[in-house]
Amino acid sequence: MHLIVVGLSHKTAPVEIRERLAVPESRLGEALTRLCSYSGVKEGILLSTCNRVEVYSVVDDVETGYGRIQEFLADTHLSLSSEQLTPHLYWHTGDRAIGHLFRVAASLDSMIIGESQILGQLKGAFEVALAHKTTGVIMNKVVKKAISVAKRVRTETKIAEMAVSVSYAAVELAKKIFSDLHEKTVLLIGAGEMAKLAARHLIAHGVKHVRITTRTPQHAVDLAAKFGGTAVPFDQFKDDMALADIVLVSTGAAHYLVGAEDVRRAVEERMNRPMFLIDISVPRNIDPAVRHVDNAFLFDIDDLTQRVEQNRAGRVQEAEKAERMVLEEVTTMLDWMKSLEVTPTIVALRSHVDDLKRAEVDRVLARLPHLSPQDRELVEGLASSIVNKLVHRTMVTLKAEVNSSNGPAFVEAARRFFSLDQPAASVQPIEPSRESPRYHPESAVESGAEDPVSETSVRKRAR
Amino acid sequence: MAALCFMVTMVLYFVATMSFLAYLLRRSEALSNVSLAITAVGFISHTVALVIRMVEVSSTVPPSFSDALSFFSWMIILVFVLVEFRHRIHVLGSFMVPLALVSLVSSAALPETVPTLQPVFKTLWFHVTLSMLGTVGFTVAFVAGVMYLIQDRLLKSKQFNVLYSKLPALDFLDHLNQQSIVLGFPLLTLGIVTGAISAEFARGSYVSWNPEQIWALVTWVFYFVVLLGRLTVGWRAKRAAYLTVIGFACVILTLVGVVLKET
Repeated sequence: MHLIVVGLSHKTAPVEIRERLAVPESRLGEALTRLCSYSGVKEGILLSTCNRVEVYSVVDDVETGYGRIQEFLADTHLSLSSEQLTPHLYWHTGDRAIGHLFRVAASLDSMIIGESQILGQLKGAFEVALAHKTTGVIMNKVVKKAISVAKRVRTETKIAEMAVSVSYAAVELAKKIFSDLHEKTVLLIGAGEMAKLAARHLIAHGVKHVRITTRTPQHAVDLAAKFGGTAVPFDQFKDDMALADIVLVSTGAAHYLVGAEDVRRAVEERMNRPMFLIDISVPRNIDPAVRHVDNAFLFDIDDLTQRVEQNRAGRVQEAEKAERMVLEEVTTMLDWMKSLEVTPTIVALRSHVDDLKRAEVDRVLARLPHLSPQDRELVEGLASSIVNKLVHRTMVTLKAEVNSSNGPAFVEAARRFFSLDQPAASVQPIEPSRESPRYHPESAVESGAEDPVSETSVRKRAR
Repeated sequence: MAALCFMVTMVLYFVATMSFLAYLLRRSEALSNVSLAITAVGFISHTVALVIRMVEVSSTVPPSFSDALSFFSWMIILVFVLVEFRHRIHVLGSFMVPLALVSLVSSAALPETVPTLQPVFKTLWFHVTLSMLGTVGFTVAFVAGVMYLIQDRLLKSKQFNVLYSKLPALDFLDHLNQQSIVLGFPLLTLGIVTGAISAEFARGSYVSWNPEQIWALVTWVFYFVVLLGRLTVGWRAKRAAYLTVIGFACVILTLVGVVLKET
């Protein structure tokens, strides 16, 4: 059982390749079913976004697994030949595969580090896989862990808190001036793309009233309809600029549209309530002298970009913290995966029951010193045969299921039934001096190692 | 017992102050919870100390300025805890807890009892409590004003540093400033009136033009004008912040006047 990943991302492949490889959601289920029909492929999940196409899979053998998945990718996209595809692919297995998935989920591998979309996309891919039953014990656990790691990274670092787009930086700044954007009014002058995007962000954060003015009146009316706002004639926007708490300017004009005096008057009319002005135009449309007007806060494109750059740097710093978290989580995941291997489980089971038997036999024999060597052997033989019969079916089943898709589930069940993951200390021999029979239902369920039932039964027989 | 509680409180406020100041400089939010917890424990021990002190002395001795400062310190923390609870603005603690510490330490440095000739405790207790509540209002306004001016400066100069990210929005600070004055002003007014009444009892005249009274009146007129200006001609935002910082100087001078009178 090996977890592998084969795929490509914005880091290894240009957009031309990525867009051809992307699997539309409608075909995802069919592709997954086909993936799992390859021999040796036990479980699979397909993550396809605009920045990456990746296949995570549980396979019998790493090398053939890589080959199968590569085959699968080429088959899914007939327009791409294997030769075109291979140079862009990456392959990982074991801890690197788990680490890769965790990093992807936590948005550490994203184009914009810390963006939140990828987690939703991963959840979506997982749901499709669940619906088509192409995941099993390993994949379910690993993907669920990836989702929880991503959430942990999100809450314990500030990676997602910082605005990394110019339009979003405007919202972040607005929130440092107005604690509540509801009931605030934004005036949009001109209709540059970035300003529209910023306006959209502001509306998403609660801004209620939008006033729009453009040089072409019809354009303003159209936009007003789109944003649910009011169109203002271009030659009149200065008259009631005081109504606006936020002014967003982006026009193609080559001169200042808003002067310091206009702003001073507006702030005065507003009885000194603060005003937030954003000038995204190049060349600038708001006179930089507005900086000297009290209670008016002007930011131009450079200021916003500076903010974005700072946040980017901040995110990179936070990403380092996140990487450490991922490493930690990968280690725990690996331990779990190791425990799912059949041979070590059988060995552990064997030594676990042998320890139990040894302890019980020693205890009973210590109380029966008068037994002859033959009798002692008989007692020992009795214990051995009971123990062997008890675990025999378990071992046979484990060996039989080793290659089935349920194999890991059986292994995990066995480990839990026999508490094989408990520290060895719990199978210490029970001291023979203890007299009263003990029975602790809770601890029996928890550790199970002391096995009170067999203890009392042996004692009865001994009497 | 009360003395022990005061000592414990002082130590806790000191630790909380250090922790809150460290919080101010670090990007991590982790310190805020620690600081808050220490402040809360300090506040409880402070409350116990004040209650014991009240039970012990209120019926036999007139309130000293030392008591007044201790009460003031307690109120500052109370206001902080309330605002924090409602708005989750940890950074307020970095400003208010140090103030509370300073006033508690000053309280400890001053004599606990003052010799007084006239048995006018009852009015005097009212006078001290009300004036101190008014002072708390102006102090919160002052803190909000200082924070406003810092944030205004940072925004204007486009310094998006740690402090910028921790300070709340400008309009919140302006609102806090306004609310504090709106609440503090009537309380101070009542404080001055009860003060005048107790002075009449004590000395037979309402005013004696000592520094305390002069500065109290100056303070009253000043905040009256500030409040009026805000409501009528829009003295808000940056101007209001400046004015409350200046007004706080009057408050301090009044308190100095009280100390001079008592010692």
